[in-house]
Amino acid sequence: MLAFILRRILQSSAVLLAVGLVAFSLFRYVGDPVNAMVGQDTSMEERDALREKLGLNDPAPVQFFHFIANAARGNFGLSYRTSEPVGRLILERVPATLELSFCAAVFVLFVGVPMGVYTGLYPKHWSSRLLQAISLIGISLPTFLIGILLILVFAVTLHWLPSFGRGDTVRVGWWVTNFLTLSGLKALILPAITLGLFQLTLIMRLVRSEMLEVMRTEYIKFARARGLTNRAINFGHALKNTLVPVITVAGLQLGSLIAFAVVTETVFAWPGVGQLFIQSVQFSDIPVMAAYLLLIGLFFVLVNLIVDLLYFAVDPRLRSQGGSARVAGH
Amino acid sequence: MAAASRSGFSGWLHRVSDSDVWWSFKSSPMTVAAAVATFLIIAVAFLSPVLAPHTPFDPATLSLSDGLKPPVLVSPDGEWAFPLGTDDQGRDVLSSIMYGTRLSLIVSLAAVAVAMVLGISLGLISGYFGGAIDAVIMRVADVQLTFPAILVALLIDGVVRGLISVKRHDEIAIFVVVGAIGLSFWVSYARTVRGSVMVEKNKEYVQAARVIGLSPLLIMVRHVLPNVTGPVLVIATLNLGLAIITEATLSFLGVGLPSTEPSLGTLIRLGNEVLQSGDWWITVFPGVTLAALVLAVNLLGDWLRDALNPKLR
Amino acid sequence: MAAASNNQPLLEVRNLRIEFPTRRGTLLAVDDVSFDIAPGEVLGVVGESGAGKSLTGNAIIGLLEPPGRVAGGEIRLEGRRIDNLPYEEMRKIRGARIGAIFQDPLTSLNPLYSVGRQLVETIQTHLPLSASQAKARAIELLQEVGIPGAEMRIDHYPHQFSGGMRQRVVIALALCAGPRLIVADEPTTALDVSIQAQIIALLKRLCREHGTAVMLVTHDMGVIAETADRVAVMYAGRVAEIGPVREVVKHAKHPYTKGLMGSIPSLGVRTERLTQIDGAMPRLTEIPPGCAFNPRCTFKGQRCLVERPNLMPAGATRAACWLHDSGGVGAPILKETVDA
Repeated sequence: MLAFILRRILQSSAVLLAVGLVAFSLFRYVGDPVNAMVGQDTSMEERDALREKLGLNDPAPVQFFHFIANAARGNFGLSYRTSEPVGRLILERVPATLELSFCAAVFVLFVGVPMGVYTGLYPKHWSSRLLQAISLIGISLPTFLIGILLILVFAVTLHWLPSFGRGDTVRVGWWVTNFLTLSGLKALILPAITLGLFQLTLIMRLVRSEMLEVMRTEYIKFARARGLTNRAINFGHALKNTLVPVITVAGLQLGSLIAFAVVTETVFAWPGVGQLFIQSVQFSDIPVMAAYLLLIGLFFVLVNLIVDLLYFAVDPRLRSQGGSARVAGH
Repeated sequence: MAAASRSGFSGWLHRVSDSDVWWSFKSSPMTVAAAVATFLIIAVAFLSPVLAPHTPFDPATLSLSDGLKPPVLVSPDGEWAFPLGTDDQGRDVLSSIMYGTRLSLIVSLAAVAVAMVLGISLGLISGYFGGAIDAVIMRVADVQLTFPAILVALLIDGVVRGLISVKRHDEIAIFVVVGAIGLSFWVSYARTVRGSVMVEKNKEYVQAARVIGLSPLLIMVRHVLPNVTGPVLVIATLNLGLAIITEATLSFLGVGLPSTEPSLGTLIRLGNEVLQSGDWWITVFPGVTLAALVLAVNLLGDWLRDALNPKLR
Repeated sequence: MAAASNNQPLLEVRNLRIEFPTRRGTLLAVDDVSFDIAPGEVLGVVGESGAGKSLTGNAIIGLLEPPGRVAGGEIRLEGRRIDNLPYEEMRKIRGARIGAIFQDPLTSLNPLYSVGRQLVETIQTHLPLSASQAKARAIELLQEVGIPGAEMRIDHYPHQFSGGMRQRVVIALALCAGPRLIVADEPTTALDVSIQAQIIALLKRLCREHGTAVMLVTHDMGVIAETADRVAVMYAGRVAEIGPVREVVKHAKHPYTKGLMGSIPSLGVRTERLTQIDGAMPRLTEIPPGCAFNPRCTFKGQRCLVERPNLMPAGATRAACWLHDSGGVGAPILKETVDA
């Protein structure tokens, strides 16, 4: 087990390093760190001096090492657009994105999984067919369109909920939270639904098809032959077997919520890292783009590690094999 | 079967109408509706220079006095000349949608084609040569899969903006968007083709081809590609839906097509800017068109996947 | 023999019909099948795949897979009709009164639960035992089916057992609540040949000890000859012959059974060559009128082409064949000479 986790951590580090390499290439070769730091009238000599001082004349691997070392300390240089330290810009905006993604994730899991189980258990029932049809519409609507429609209905027409911003927030240490005020909570509702809806339909459809698959297996038939109650079969045997593949996809999907927040944050003017990223793309603010890339990479790696640990909790086959392979479905 | 003995078009027609795929198509009214809707939207979009009542992006034909007219059916202020209303510049919403859909379709189809060619080639190379080349290609695929397509596309767009001037950017925006979406979708094709190549590579006929001096690569291209036509077609159809969404999202975020050449996404962004004032039609109609198009394409893709893969039902 | 002492059969199957609605019309997969199983008796049901033997077994445990359905006839367990029970009533009988063993032990067990947990949940579903009592019983059952180190093995997961051991666990699961009847559907087909005999011997011994009757569905005549008290031979959805296993093996009365017996190699007996039945069992869509076996039968007469034979007494067994009717098979077909 320990060997398995160590191997996964090693793999994750490799992925992170690859992402780091992309980020570094962006930072060093697409953008020009010197141009960003000096004015128009800086002489060539001064530029060269600065170049030397920043280590930009060092061999590329050395520069890469410095870049990673700096990144690990949260130092990504200055934003081309605002000339502020990138690390601080991002850190200021991380809580908004994390809170939004967290609410969306809760929404996805607590609504999507039960809906998937239900439609998987009763695939012929009219309500399952209806949910299935709605879910297809759900994956056909782009996120931003869902956001706009929600704003149109609940903000512009009904005036129930705010259409932009975080509402009133409370500062707890460096973390600025929405969770402690009514207006903050209300401001979360529409963006969280918008962000989660696409993933929710995906999760629902996934759980449904896995559930259908599992219900056809021999061990479910044998469980019936043993006279177990429907409850024990559906929610014990079937659901648990459904979880194995669902955890993988759900993990990746929830991980991508942070990245998908880019769109939602733009629609709702939500001051998170996604909005920052869009602005940086529009202005080609390379240091911010590089830092965002690394942040997302780090987040994905963490989510993947958690998914692997969950596998261990769910699947005994992995525990005893020492996890030489990811679960192979029959 | 009798059909086999016939030849030419009538034989083909008979084979098609007798096949299981056609049977499953006919017996799903939803799929038939989706196919009709897809065909109609595509036809109208590509005929928009002929069918559209106005040429919405020729400034000479616009008049600000026509601005912000509501749709005919919901308000007495509407005019039949502008059945779905006008935007703040006085552009006819219906015509904008027709032209916008055409642009969205062109971009998405081109992007899917780029992804398909790239993915199939890389998959063939990866599966055939194996070893280090395979490892590199598949690791790149793994890392890229870590990021959602929209993010990859945004990143590519951002990098291109960094490399060229903003002015030039508007001119080549369409190519940037096609490239960005294409590059973010190649992985699934590559994996499918690679898997198929790995299976075929060790079969006798490829070995035999090698013995008699034929290029095994050529033999495999001939045998592997027909085998993967089904899966590739399914991926392509489902990708087309995703590509339309991605293009619209990029344009909505303001990093896709410029407002001088608006796609559906751009139209929705422009409408969204005035949404707070209650002029909903500028946003809603392009939005509904977009949703209907993607839904129809997705339905077709879903059906195609089920029909070509009976195991998945 | 225990079977002889009791008048009331444990299981009665009467005129069972099973249908499958399909795209091209309704198929009759099991047609007018009747048989009894006495308490403690082992009834072998043998036939080619598609003969309807597994479907009959599934119908008895009430787990026909849709769209298959019982279209006629009845099934009685200890005199009580069970084929039309509501799902919940039938559930209480499954596992408790009727146990089941499936073909593939590799897929019969839930991979994510320890065998102990699967045993305990089955025991507790049917018997009013506490968790610790249920666990004690589970260990006992594992010992009984011959799993060494049962106290330790109970916490292991299915993948940690070999195929033969898993089938032993499946047998333990079938025996959990002390059922009167076990429906064993090809219990050894998926196992290594070397393991098959052990599993069959185990099943036979346990059922004798517990007085459990068995419906043993298989296509392996050798297994039946060794295990069963009586045997029912199925062909194209119908029972072709039924009778004591010795009689059926040694003095088969139905031409199909004869052919079947001729195709079993036996040790010690030197024959010229094994016989085989020409042709194949017809598909359900193409069952000929009259006797379903007539296209492959060397004894057929005109009557076999038009009239369907029911089971009739034929020596010590009962066979569905006009050869054993006073009216005979009718006029010979064409110019063929029939040496009946």
